[in-house]
Amino acid sequence: MTRRQREEERVRGIFARRALLLGVGQMGLLGFLAHRLHHLQVVEGGRYAVLAEENRLSARLLAPPRGRVLDREGRLVAGNQLNWRALLVAEQTVDVGATLETFSKIVPLTEQERARIEREVRRRRRFVPVTVREFLTWEEMARIEMNAPDLPGISVDVGTTRIYPEGEHLAHVVGYVAPPSERDMDGDPLLELPGIRVGRAGIERHHETTLRGRAGTVQMEVNAVGRVIRELDRREGVPGQDVQISIDAELQKSVRAKIEEGTSVVLMDARNGEVLVMASQPSFDPNIFNSGVSAAQWRQWTANRATPLISKPTNGLYAPGSTFKMVVALAGLEARAVTPTERIFCPGHMDLGDTRFHCWHRPGHGGLDMRAALKASCDVYFYELAKRIGIDRIAAMARRFGLGVPLEIELPGTRTGLVPDRAWRQAQGKPWALGDTVVHGIGQGFYQLTPLSLATMTARLATGRAVQPHLTRGIGGRPVRGIRPEDWPSLGVPEAHLRLVREAMWAVVNEQGGTARVARLPADLRVELAGKTGTTQVRRVTREQRERGFRVEQMPREWRPHALFVAFAPHDDPVFACAVVVEHGTSGGAAAAPLARDVIAEAFQRLRPGPGGPVARLEASQ
Amino acid sequence: MRFERRLLTRERGIGLPSKLWQIPWIYVLMLCGLAGVGYVALYSAGGGSPEPYAGRHAIRFGFGLVLMLSVALVDIRLVLRFAWVGYVIGVGLLVLVALHGQVGKGAQRWIDLGPLQLQPSELMKILLVLALAQWFHRASWERIGNPLFLIPPLVAVAIPAVLIFKQPNLGNALITLMISGAVFFAAGVRLWKFGLGLGAVAVAAPIAYEHLHDYQRARITTFLDPESDPLGAGYNIIQSKIALGSGGLWGKGFLQGTQGHLNFLPEKQTDFIFTMLAEEFGLVGALSVLGLLAAVVAFGFLVALRCRHQFGRLVAVGLATNYFLYVFVNIAMVTGSIPVGGVPLPLISHGGSAMLTTMLGFGLLMSVHVHRDVDLHASRSDP
Repeated sequence: MTRRQREEERVRGIFARRALLLGVGQMGLLGFLAHRLHHLQVVEGGRYAVLAEENRLSARLLAPPRGRVLDREGRLVAGNQLNWRALLVAEQTVDVGATLETFSKIVPLTEQERARIEREVRRRRRFVPVTVREFLTWEEMARIEMNAPDLPGISVDVGTTRIYPEGEHLAHVVGYVAPPSERDMDGDPLLELPGIRVGRAGIERHHETTLRGRAGTVQMEVNAVGRVIRELDRREGVPGQDVQISIDAELQKSVRAKIEEGTSVVLMDARNGEVLVMASQPSFDPNIFNSGVSAAQWRQWTANRATPLISKPTNGLYAPGSTFKMVVALAGLEARAVTPTERIFCPGHMDLGDTRFHCWHRPGHGGLDMRAALKASCDVYFYELAKRIGIDRIAAMARRFGLGVPLEIELPGTRTGLVPDRAWRQAQGKPWALGDTVVHGIGQGFYQLTPLSLATMTARLATGRAVQPHLTRGIGGRPVRGIRPEDWPSLGVPEAHLRLVREAMWAVVNEQGGTARVARLPADLRVELAGKTGTTQVRRVTREQRERGFRVEQMPREWRPHALFVAFAPHDDPVFACAVVVEHGTSGGAAAAPLARDVIAEAFQRLRPGPGGPVARLEASQ
Repeated sequence: MRFERRLLTRERGIGLPSKLWQIPWIYVLMLCGLAGVGYVALYSAGGGSPEPYAGRHAIRFGFGLVLMLSVALVDIRLVLRFAWVGYVIGVGLLVLVALHGQVGKGAQRWIDLGPLQLQPSELMKILLVLALAQWFHRASWERIGNPLFLIPPLVAVAIPAVLIFKQPNLGNALITLMISGAVFFAAGVRLWKFGLGLGAVAVAAPIAYEHLHDYQRARITTFLDPESDPLGAGYNIIQSKIALGSGGLWGKGFLQGTQGHLNFLPEKQTDFIFTMLAEEFGLVGALSVLGLLAAVVAFGFLVALRCRHQFGRLVAVGLATNYFLYVFVNIAMVTGSIPVGGVPLPLISHGGSAMLTTMLGFGLLMSVHVHRDVDLHASRSDP
C-alpha cells in the first residue's frame, strides 16, 4: 500500500467515525422531535383538544319572544310588534357609500344616520350586518324590497318591539321596558343580546323573568376571523309566558276619562283583592320608552309638578281623614272602651288642657251613639274614643286593615305608608302627647297612606278577610292563588262589630243626614252602596281666618283640602271596594263621593258581578 | 491486481444503462412517497381540492424528478471540476438578489425568473457543500490540521453567510453555517477548533442580536414566552401546538382538521404543513412521516459511507445534513421547540424554489451513489 493510500485510509477512517457520529446525532434529534410530538399529541392532547374546540365553536343566543300582558277579559295591554329593519352587510356591496346613497332616495337618511352607519361598517367585520334603519313602515319595506337589485348588501329582517295598545291608560300598572343597564344584569346571558329589553316598572318588572322566557342557543362553527361556517346544534328557547292581570282595560280607560289631574281611583274585588281599576292622572305613554326617551321628553315629565311618571294610587301619600274613623270605632269596640249604644255628647269641640279641638260641625252634634257618629262623621266622638283607647290600639287595628304595612301588590316601588304609634314617635326622640292621640282619632296627623291601602282597608271591612290587593290573575293561562275569597284568612274582627260599621257606612250614603247622600247608586241598579267620606287639611286654618268668616273656596287650589271617599257595594253582599282621592278636591262628599258612585255603577254594568259576569267568571274558572 | 483493474474499468466511464441500473430506485420511491404525502396534505390545505396547491405540487415534483434523475447521471468528476465555478455563480446570485431582489416579508430573498422564483440562498447551500467538499477532497490529516489551510474555506463560508444574513434571513444564514460545520467536521477538522468556533459565536451572538430586525427579535421573545403575545407573533406557535395536540393519537381524519380548515392555522400550506398532517392523522401519521423523513436523511449517510472518494463522501454528508436541517428546523418550529420561522419542509410543503433545489441536491446525492467507485484521483493533474 502506498503512503498516499495509507493517508487516504486514515482520512476515511476519521470520516467514517465522524459521519456516523453526525448521522446518529441527527437521528437522535429527530427522535427528540418524535418525543416532542408524543408529548404534545398524547400527553397534553386532551388539553389541546379542548382549546381547539373553543377555537372553533361559537354559541349564539336566540331571543325568545317576550310574554304578553292581557287584561282580565283577555285584551292585549302589552304585546310584541314586528319591527322591520333594514340591514347592511358591507362585504356584499362594492361601495357602501353608493348603496347608502341609493337607499336614501327610497328611505331618506339623515347625515347623522349615515355617519353612524359608516362608523359601524368600519368598526365591524365586513360580514356582520349593520342596522341601517329600524321601525320601517310596511310601505317603506316594500319599496326597499322592490329596489333590491339596486341595493346590493341591503336586506330587510324582522325583529320585535314592545307595544302598549292602551298607551297611558295602563302605564302605571303594566309599566314599560327599556334596554338593560348594568344593574339589570342578573347573570342571564340573554340580557347581553343587542335589542333586548327588560321590564323597568310595574307588571313588566315584577314578572320580568316570567315574561322574558329563556334564551335558545345556536352552536356554530366559526373560522379564525369569526365567520360562521355552519350551524352545529340549535336549541330553541322557552318563550316568555303571558301574564293576565285583573284590571279591566275598558273600565280603566273609562274611569281615567272621568278624572282630573291629581286624582286616584282604586277599584278592587273586595272578595279576593283583585285590582280592577287603578287609575292615576296624569300619566305617560310607555311606548316612548321603547325607542328611547329624549332628554326634552324626560325634562317635561320630571318638571311637571303633577308627576305623570308617579302612580298616585300606589305612591301618593295622604292622611285618611274621616275615612279612618271605622278603624278607630273597631279598635274602641275591641278594647271595650265603648259600647255600640253609648252616647257621647258633642258640644262642637273638645278641650284638652289649653287646647281646643273642634268638630267639623261647629254647633255640635249633641249626643251620638257609634252609628250616628260615623254617619255624621262627628269628630268629637272619635276624639273621645281615641283618648280612651290610646294610639297604639288604633295603630294595631289600622295595620290589621292593611294600613301602613307592606302589601302584596305586584308593583315595584309601591309605598308602605305610615301609621304612627308611640314607639315610632319615640324613635324620633319625641314624646307622644295625648293631643296627638286625639288628632289621630279622626285620621289626621302623621298618617301617610296610599289610596291602594285605603281600598284594601275598605275591602277588608266589607269582607272581614285579610285580602291582599293583587294584579296577577294568571300566568301562561293558569290561574294563580288568591282568586277565591276562602283563600284569605279572617281578620279576626268580630262580625257584629263589622256589621255595625258597615251599617253606619250604608247610612252615610243612604240615610237622611248622611255625609255622602250624593253617592247613592242609581235606582235601576237595585244595589245600595256603603261608604265614608274624608276631607283632609293640607294647610292649617288659623283661628283668625275662622273668625273672619273664612271660605275654603277663596284659597289657592294647592292649599285646599284633599277629598277622599271609600266605598263598597252591594252593602249587604260586597263585591266591589273602592277608594277615591281627589287632591285639593275640597270636600270628600262633594268631589270624591260622586266619582266613586260613578265608578261603582259602571263596574256593575261592565263587570256584571252576577253569575256569568266577568267578575263572577273568575271564581268559576277555579 | 484484480482490484486495481476493476477500478480502472470503472474509471473509463460507465455506460448509461449501467448508470440507470445504479440509481437507487428504492430511494426515488421514498422521495415519491414523501411527495405523495405532500400531495395529500396540500389537497387538504386546499380545502379538499387539488386547487390551488396539490396539483401544482405534483407538477413541480414531476419536473423535479426529471431534474434529479438527470443530475444523478452527471459524472461526479464534472461536478468536482466545476464546484468552485458553481460557488462563484451562487455568490453572484446572492449579490444580484441583494441589489435587485424581490422584497418579501421585509427581506430580499427572491429573484424573479418569470415562471420561477429563485431563492439563491437555498441554491447556495448546495453549491457551498460542493465547493467545500472539493477543497477538502484530497487533504491529508496533517494538512487539515494546519490552520492556514482552513482560512480559504472559512472565507468561502463567510461570504454567502454574511450575504444571507444581510437579506435578512437569520435562519438560513445559521443553517448555512451548520451545514458548513458538518462538512468541516466530517472532513476531519480538529475538534478543538470547533470549540473555538462555538466560543466565537457565543461572543458574537449579543452583537448579532443588535443587528436583528424587529420581527426576528420578536420570534426569539415569543419563543421564550409564546403566551406573552397570543394574538401577535406568538399566535402562530400557539395555534400550531393546539392543532398538533388536538390531533391526538389517531388524528381527526383526512379533511377533518378544524384548526387547518377554519384558518386558525397560519401558512398551513407552507411552513405549517406538517401541523396540518399531524392534526388530521394524529401521532401515528406524524411519526410515520417523520420516520420516512429520517430514512431519507439516513440514506444520505449510507451513500457517504459507501462512497470510495472523499469528495463524494463530503458531498453526501453535506446534502444529507442540508435536508436534515430542513426537517428538524421545520418540525421543531411547528412544535414550538425552537424560535424560527419561514423554513419549509421540502417535498411536502408548497413552494417551487425549495422543491427544485432540494431535488437538485438529491440528484447530486444520487450521482455520488452512482459514481461511488470512480477514482477521482486520476482525474487530477497533479499527483
